Amino acid sequence: MSGVSWELGMNSLSLFPPPGPDGNITLFESNNELVCGTSLGSRQKQGWEPPSLLFPRESLKPHSRPESSSKAAFLDHRDTLWMRSARAWRDSGLSGLLDEIANCTEEEVPRWLTVGCSWTLALLRWVSSFHGSLFPHLTLSSEDMVAEFSQVLDWSDCAVRAFAWHPHTDKFAVSLLDDSIRIYNSKSATAPTLKHRLQRNVAALQWKPLCASALAVACHNCLLVWHVDPTSLSTRPSSGCAQVLSHPGHCPVTSIAWSPNGSLLLSASPVDTAMMVWDVAGESCVPLQRVGGGGVTFLSWSPDGSRVLASTPSALFRVWETRTWTCERWPCLKGRCQTGCWSPDGTRLLFSVQGEMVIYALTFTDAPGEPHGWSGSSKAAAIVADLSETSFSTSQGQVRVGGQVQTMAWDPRGERLAVLLKGDPEAPDRPAMIAVFKTRISPIFELLPCGFVKGESGAEPRLLQFHPHFPNGALLTVCWSNGRISHVPFFFVSAGGSVLNPGGSPPWPLPQSRAVENGERLLYTEMSS
Amino acid sequence: MTSSRSRVIFWRAAASVAWSVLLLPVTTALFAFLSRFSLFHPIQWISESFSLLYGSYVIFSLVLLCGVVLVVGVFNLEYYTVVPSVPCTKIALLGKVLHPQQSVHSLVHSMMGIMVTWCAATMIGGRYWILAAPCSEEEGVTGQKMCLNEYYLFFLLAGAFMGYSYSLLGVVRNMNYVSFQTIQQCKYLRFKGMLPQVVRYSAVQSLYSVRNYCLFYFFFGYIPRAWICTTLNVHEDSSLHRLDTVSGLLDFRLLYHLWLSGTFLLLTWHITLLLFRIFITEAYSFPVQSSFSEDVSQCLPKVLSEKQPLILKFLALQDLFLLSQQSLSRRMEVFSLSQPGGHPHNWNAICKECLSLLSDLSQRLVEYQEVVASNGRARPLSSHSDQRSTSSETLGMSLQILSIESRPFSSSSVNRFVGNVDPSSPWYGSVQSPHVMRRGPKLWTASTGRLKFAHVKNFLARRVLIMYLFNKLPEASSQALFADSQAHIWALEGLSNLVAASYKEDRFGVVQTMLPSILSTMLLLQEAVDKHFKLPHASSKPVRSTCCLEDSTFKTLRFALRAALKTAMYRITVTFGEHLHSVQMSAEHRKRLQQFMEYKE
Repeated sequence: MSGVSWELGMNSLSLFPPPGPDGNITLFESNNELVCGTSLGSRQKQGWEPPSLLFPRESLKPHSRPESSSKAAFLDHRDTLWMRSARAWRDSGLSGLLDEIANCTEEEVPRWLTVGCSWTLALLRWVSSFHGSLFPHLTLSSEDMVAEFSQVLDWSDCAVRAFAWHPHTDKFAVSLLDDSIRIYNSKSATAPTLKHRLQRNVAALQWKPLCASALAVACHNCLLVWHVDPTSLSTRPSSGCAQVLSHPGHCPVTSIAWSPNGSLLLSASPVDTAMMVWDVAGESCVPLQRVGGGGVTFLSWSPDGSRVLASTPSALFRVWETRTWTCERWPCLKGRCQTGCWSPDGTRLLFSVQGEMVIYALTFTDAPGEPHGWSGSSKAAAIVADLSETSFSTSQGQVRVGGQVQTMAWDPRGERLAVLLKGDPEAPDRPAMIAVFKTRISPIFELLPCGFVKGESGAEPRLLQFHPHFPNGALLTVCWSNGRISHVPFFFVSAGGSVLNPGGSPPWPLPQSRAVENGERLLYTEMSS
Repeated sequence: MTSSRSRVIFWRAAASVAWSVLLLPVTTALFAFLSRFSLFHPIQWISESFSLLYGSYVIFSLVLLCGVVLVVGVFNLEYYTVVPSVPCTKIALLGKVLHPQQSVHSLVHSMMGIMVTWCAATMIGGRYWILAAPCSEEEGVTGQKMCLNEYYLFFLLAGAFMGYSYSLLGVVRNMNYVSFQTIQQCKYLRFKGMLPQVVRYSAVQSLYSVRNYCLFYFFFGYIPRAWICTTLNVHEDSSLHRLDTVSGLLDFRLLYHLWLSGTFLLLTWHITLLLFRIFITEAYSFPVQSSFSEDVSQCLPKVLSEKQPLILKFLALQDLFLLSQQSLSRRMEVFSLSQPGGHPHNWNAICKECLSLLSDLSQRLVEYQEVVASNGRARPLSSHSDQRSTSSETLGMSLQILSIESRPFSSSSVNRFVGNVDPSSPWYGSVQSPHVMRRGPKLWTASTGRLKFAHVKNFLARRVLIMYLFNKLPEASSQALFADSQAHIWALEGLSNLVAASYKEDRFGVVQTMLPSILSTMLLLQEAVDKHFKLPHASSKPVRSTCCLEDSTFKTLRFALRAALKTAMYRITVTFGEHLHSVQMSAEHRKRLQQFMEYKE
C-alpha cells in the first residue's frame, strides 16, 4: 500500500472500555454502553426475538474425513480397470487417472504402462510444484483451502460453518458441520433442513435479494441455489429444489455474492483465476478472467451495486466496477486481503490485510450511476484503526486483546462496525475477540470506540453478521465456538435520520450529552489523516 | 428516418467484418505454419513456412479469403435474428432446412467452402496442387494422357461438404440467433474471453466434419470422381490408391491436412460470426428526448414503439434497462414534464410500450393455455395445423381411458372418474396432469366421425416415421412461446427500476398515476406464468449446450422471465412497502400483492 501514512501513532483498542467480567455475557447496547449480565432477563422483549440457538459440536457428525481414506474404505476394488479409471477421471481428472493406472497390478496392465504413468505423474507433480511455489495455496487440499480463505475463524472445527440473514424478512439460514443447512423463520415453526448429495464443505451462504426463496450455497465442487418455498410445511425439501451450477476448474467455491438487485450471482474459487458471473435462471456463466493473484478468495458487493471487492490469495486485490466490468488493481505490501466491507452508500471500503493489525479504508468519490467512466478512488489506502495488542486489567487479571482481523461487518445504517480479531490459540489470555466501533459516514468519516462483545465463558467468536433491517438500531449475530448462535442488539437513534424505518422509535431514551463526551475519545476522522 | 437508425446496425456489421478481415492474415499465417508441420525437421519447417508467407500464392489466397469473409459477413447480417424460430415438430425442422432461403444459404456456403479449401490446398501445395496431371509412367507410355489428381478433388469436395454442414448445423442449432449478454463488457474483452472457446469449438467441429466426410466419400466418392473424369476427359490413375478405400483414407497426412483446413475454414467463419454478434449486441445509448423535432424519431420512446427492425427495439429496451439502473440524469429526463404543456410524454410513452409488451405476453400465455386445455375442441381440427400434430402418446392414452370405462358418460361422471383414478393404475401419473384431464372429455363428447378420425390418426401415429415426424418435441412449444422474452425481461426490469427510483426521484409524481395499471399488468402476467409452469414439460430443464457459439439462451428464457417477474414485483413492494395499500386494485390482486409483501411468493 504505497503512500500510507500512519500519523496518529496510537493504539485504537487502548481507548476501549475493558471487556466485562468473566462469566458475564454482553447482552445489548443502550445509552452508548454495552450492558453485560448473566442472563437475558434484564431486558424487556421487543417484538420478534431471533432465537438463540445451540448446536453442540458433539451432536453433529462431520463428514469431513480426508477423501482418500474414505474412498479406499468404500470402493469395491474388484471393479474392472475401465470402471475405476473412468471414476478416477471423473473425480480427480488426469492426475487421478494416472495415479489409478500407476497403482494397478501387473495382471491388469502391462508393466510399461504403469511405469509410464508413474513417470508422467511425477513429471506432472514436479511441474505443478513450480506453479505451487508461485502460488503456495495451490498445494493445499481443497478442504484446507476453504478453511484458509473462509471468513469463519477455524472453519474446519467449527460447528456453524456459515450463516446468512435474509435481506428482507426475519429469516436466516445456518450451515452446520454435518453439511446440512437449516432455515429458521420468524413466521413459521417449521425449520426446514436442506441436504444435497453435492452439498459438502459449505463455505458461504447468501440469500438472493428481492426474492423470498432463493438461497445460494458455495459448496465443495459446485454452487447450489436452493428454492425453498416459504409457504411449504415440508421439513426436508427434496434435492430437486436445488439448482446445481458448476464450471470445470471452478472448485472449491469459497465466496459468493449476489448483486444487490438480485439479477447476478458472483462466485470465486482460489484455484480459478476467473470469477464467474452467473445468470442463475439460465444456468450460464460469464468468466471474468484476470491473470495474476492465482485465484479469487473473497467477494463483497457494495450495497449500491456499483462495485465489487475481489481479493486474491496473493498480496493483491481488485475492485471491479459493475458497469462495464473493468477493475482496479490494488497491490498490498504485506499479505493478501483477508476481508472487507462496504459502507451502505458504497463510497467507502474498509479492508484488512493478513499479517497486519490495522484496518485500511479506501474512498471512492464519484457518484455511482453517472456516465464519464469511473475514476474517483483515492490514490492510497488510509489506516483508520490500529488493532495491535493492548492489555486490560480486569477482576480476573490481565486480558490481552488485539491481533489480525478475521472478518468485519458494517451494519446497514453505517453506524456500527464489528471486527472479529484473531486471538492466539497458544496463549489462553489472548482469546479471539469482537471489537465494536461506532462509525459515522457523513459529513466526514469517523470512528469511535464502542466496546467488546463477550460470550459465554470459554466460548470464542467464530463468525459475525449484522441483521439487514433491525428497526431499533443494529442487531449483531455471532456464532460461537461452542455452537451457540446469539444475537446482540445495539439500540441507538440513527444519526443520519431514520432512513430504514420511518415509524420506528427507539426503545431507550438517548441522552444527547453522551455524544459530546465521546468526542474526546475519537479514534479517527478524515480531517486528521 | 428508419434508414438513419438502421444505419447503426449496418455500420456495426461493417465494423465487425472489417475486424474479421484484419484478423485474417493472422489465422492464415498460423494455418500456413501448421500445415508445414514436421516433427523431425524443425528448421526446415520454420524456414519453409516463412518463405511460403511471402509467396504470391498466399497473397492471392488472402485476397480471395477476404472476399469469402465479406460474403459470410453479408449472410450473417441478412440471416441473423434476435427471436429464434423454434420448430415444435421434426417436420417443422425439416421444413426449415428445406426452405428456399435456407437453400440459398447452404448453396452459397458450399461454394465459399470450396473457395476456402482451394486456397488451403494452394497454400499447402505439393500433391494438392493441381486437378489433372500427366499419368505416371507405366500407364502413360502411349502418349499425353492426363490423369485425375484425386487428392485435389477430395479436398475441394471436403470444402463443399464442410460449408454445407456449417449451414445445416447453423439451422439445427439456431446459430443465427443473437442473444444479449447479461453483463456489459467491452468488446475487446468479450472477444478475448470467447476466442479460446471458439478455437476449441472449431477444431472439434472440424474433427466431426472430417469423420462424416470420410464416411460420405467412402460410400459415394466414386460418383463425383466418375463425373469429373467424364466431363473433363481425364483418366483415373490406377497405379495410385483410390481414396474411397480404407487404405486410401488411412493416410494420416491427408487427414491432418483435411482437419487443419476444416479448422481454418470454420475458425474464420466462426470469428466472423462472433465479432458480428459482439458488435451488433453492444449497448446503444438512445437520447431520451431531443429539443430538435427532426431528431425525435431517434429518441428512446419512439424507437421503443416501433416494430421494425426488431433489433433496434431490443437495443432500445436494453438501453431502457441500463438507464433505469445506472443513470440518474437520464432517469430524470424520463420523469420530466414537457415544455410547454407539462405532460410527462416520455414516461407515458415508455410505460405504455412496456405494459403493452407485458400484456401481450399474458394474452399469448392465456390463449395457449386455453388451446392446451380444450385441445382444439371448439374448432374443427383441420383449421389449425399446429394443434393437429398433438402427441400421439397422450391421444392414445385418452383412447385407452375411453375403452376401459364403458358406462354412459356425462361430463360430471367423467370428472369424477378422472378425479378418482386408482393410484395403482399405470397411467395414474399422466392423468393427474391437467393436460390430459381436460383432454379426456373431448373424446367422449365428440361425434362418432371425430372418433373415427382419432382412430385413424392413432393408427397412423403408430407408423414409426410419421410418429417421428409429427411428434411434438417436448418443451419446444414452451420455448417457442417465450422465444422473444428477452424483451419482456428488460421491460420488467426497466419498468420496476424506474418505479423504484421514482420513490425518491420523481418530483412531479408522474409514475404514481400509472402504478395501479403497472401492478395489475404484472400480477396478471404472474398468474399466467404460474399457470404455464404447471403444464407438462414447461418446468423441465433443457440440456445445456457445451459451447459458446451454440447459443441456447432462448431455451431458458422462460425461467429467466419468471425470476425477473418476481424480482420486479419485490422491487416495487420493497420500495413502497405499506404505501401500496392505498393503490386502487381488485381484491384478488390485493391478495396476491399481500403475498409479496409478506415474502411468501
